[in-house]
Amino acid sequence: MSTATTKDHPHLAADFNRDEPRVNWHDETLWWIRAKRDIAAHKLPEWELLRETASQIKFNVLSNLSSYLEQFEANAIKNGIIVHWAADATEHNQIVHSLLEQKGITKMVKSKSMLTEECHLNEYLKEQGIDVIDSDLGERIVQLANEPPSHIVLPCIHKKKEEIGDIFHEHLGSAKGESDPKILTETARQHLREVFLTRRAALTGVNFAVAETGEFVICTNEGNADMGAHLAEIHIASMGIEKLIPERKHLGVFLRLLTRSATGQPITTYSSHFSKPQDGSEIHIVIVDNGRSIQLGREEFRNSLKCIRCGACMNTCPVYRKSGGHSYHTAVAGPIGSILAPNLDMKKYADLPFASTLCGSCSNVCPVKIDIHDQLYKWRQVIVKEGYSPKAKTMAMKAMALTLASPTLYRMGGKTGRLVFKYAPFAVNNKLNPWYNQREMPKAPDESFGEWYAQRKGAKNS
Amino acid sequence: MRVALFVPCYVDQFYPKAAIATLELLEKLGCEVHYPKNQTCCGQPMANSGYEHLTGGCNNLFVDNFSGYDYIVCPSGSCTLHIKEHLHADGKEEKATEIRKKVYELTEFLVDILKVKQLTASFPYRVGLHQSCHGLRGLRIAQMSELVAEPFSKPAQLLDMVNGLELVPLSRQDDCCGFGGTFCVVEEAVSAKMGKDRVADHVSHGAQYITSADLSCLMHLEGILRRQNSDVKVIHVAEILNHSMQ
Repeated sequence: MSTATTKDHPHLAADFNRDEPRVNWHDETLWWIRAKRDIAAHKLPEWELLRETASQIKFNVLSNLSSYLEQFEANAIKNGIIVHWAADATEHNQIVHSLLEQKGITKMVKSKSMLTEECHLNEYLKEQGIDVIDSDLGERIVQLANEPPSHIVLPCIHKKKEEIGDIFHEHLGSAKGESDPKILTETARQHLREVFLTRRAALTGVNFAVAETGEFVICTNEGNADMGAHLAEIHIASMGIEKLIPERKHLGVFLRLLTRSATGQPITTYSSHFSKPQDGSEIHIVIVDNGRSIQLGREEFRNSLKCIRCGACMNTCPVYRKSGGHSYHTAVAGPIGSILAPNLDMKKYADLPFASTLCGSCSNVCPVKIDIHDQLYKWRQVIVKEGYSPKAKTMAMKAMALTLASPTLYRMGGKTGRLVFKYAPFAVNNKLNPWYNQREMPKAPDESFGEWYAQRKGAKNS
Repeated sequence: MRVALFVPCYVDQFYPKAAIATLELLEKLGCEVHYPKNQTCCGQPMANSGYEHLTGGCNNLFVDNFSGYDYIVCPSGSCTLHIKEHLHADGKEEKATEIRKKVYELTEFLVDILKVKQLTASFPYRVGLHQSCHGLRGLRIAQMSELVAEPFSKPAQLLDMVNGLELVPLSRQDDCCGFGGTFCVVEEAVSAKMGKDRVADHVSHGAQYITSADLSCLMHLEGILRRQNSDVKVIHVAEILNHSMQ
């Protein structure tokens, strides 16, 4: 499940685009989800007010994060939950491993947690000899395929049902060629039931942690988090420090927004509250920073931490739809991933803020009103200033800036360019010009507007 | 009313007809139009590529060319937005601030400032309206499909005044065309695919022309249409609004 790659987004996206019918299918599938989101949102006249309210609540959380974290910890401990703090991914993984080790557990069931993807927990535990089974259906499918999820809400959205049938045939013994979603789901159900009944440890993510009560809420459609957590002796919940909300009543805002934004459902099938362990079992919470406090310190990028991981920005993003989640080579793909990832590793993810046309649709669907496209623009400036831009591009930009700052050079360049287009089209209509690969170059007119205007009677040149 | 015409660099060089139409239209509607001759570019190509720090020269030039007018009008949503959001100049910040407030994209200028209620233009064709993202989500010249809010569209409102023109419906009314400045070459595969899909939406709904308030999108879509040997043409909205106008 490695996300390590040497290819950047443009190359991975070009690979994805070699199969155009597949791109069409991927694009249409995600657009269909965007359309479902629109229908759900339009049923609520107060939708924009809800978004604004959620945004303000999260601003409050981020402005007072340390006190809410302490309040949450104190209340969770009062409830009998054991709280751990992890500064980074490594520490998180070590804490989880040591908890399992102390109890002599070698097999764990895990429901969806993008944080554990970000920390590469599965790989780490595998190296320690721990067997992890993902219980979210989509996650299980990509786990069997030995791939990372391609979407934070729909991990296997890039897979067709026939391909899932082949994976299940190989790993779970379903009939060869079987691709009926109902039958495949039943196959997974039987397989996971056995897992739920036998695993002594369950790890889940956290959607919302309530500072006021010390409880946390997990949203799933499959009930898999509940199945795992209720049957295990030890429930480990991993959460980023930004998952807090101040009071329980605020769930009324976020639960209404989350799934409408994600899939167009009014609410997740299960919104489960965990506040204290059952007799004889334990609940542990691992609160993880992993770069979040650095992002909190970056004023221009701070509010990216408001994200509630609904995936709406991915579904609406035409670049995501037409390049696939894996082309972002990071745990969280799409527009939101492109503003989160450079904080973790600016060099490795220097390509991601450029994997956008800055169309702004992401910011408009975001239920907590993160200014995603403005942050993409700002990350571009930071990445160039920090020196992570190709040298050739810097040279070209300097030449361009020089030309455009001088009316004389600009007019000369424009005229030369148009003459080349007209009399030496082979100079631009060739393989070295990426524009020309699938598009004709614009036709060059004989004169520019400026030249035309200069000859015009009564021209008001200033 | 003294109006300065701001013609984006690529419009000046490749699409002079759109600039001429803009000029003629504004004059017919009673504006005293000036064309500051030393204008070049708004600086967006550098800024969107992460080199905003190299746009000082362009900014200075822009301020020198465009200070002192009642309004600055531009037949491009994208370039207008860039000036509105990013024009700053050392030692001339007051002038830059004034320009940021006075710069308008053509269709918003016609609707909001000139309050145009009727046109005598005629364009008897089926036309698809491409919403450029910067005009739409940046300048808000039309309502955005993502928001739960009252629909409106300044370009469509103007096109509705044109005789014989039929606006075709689209499956995806405001999906991005994939031009995106340097994105169109850096991310060539995705950019071209996005453009092909936008073209297909217009063509399948019977459009004979694709129009927009932004020629950068149209330049990209035209490149695709011409590669496909399509009969469908692109045309800037100013050319339609100025078409056969008495």
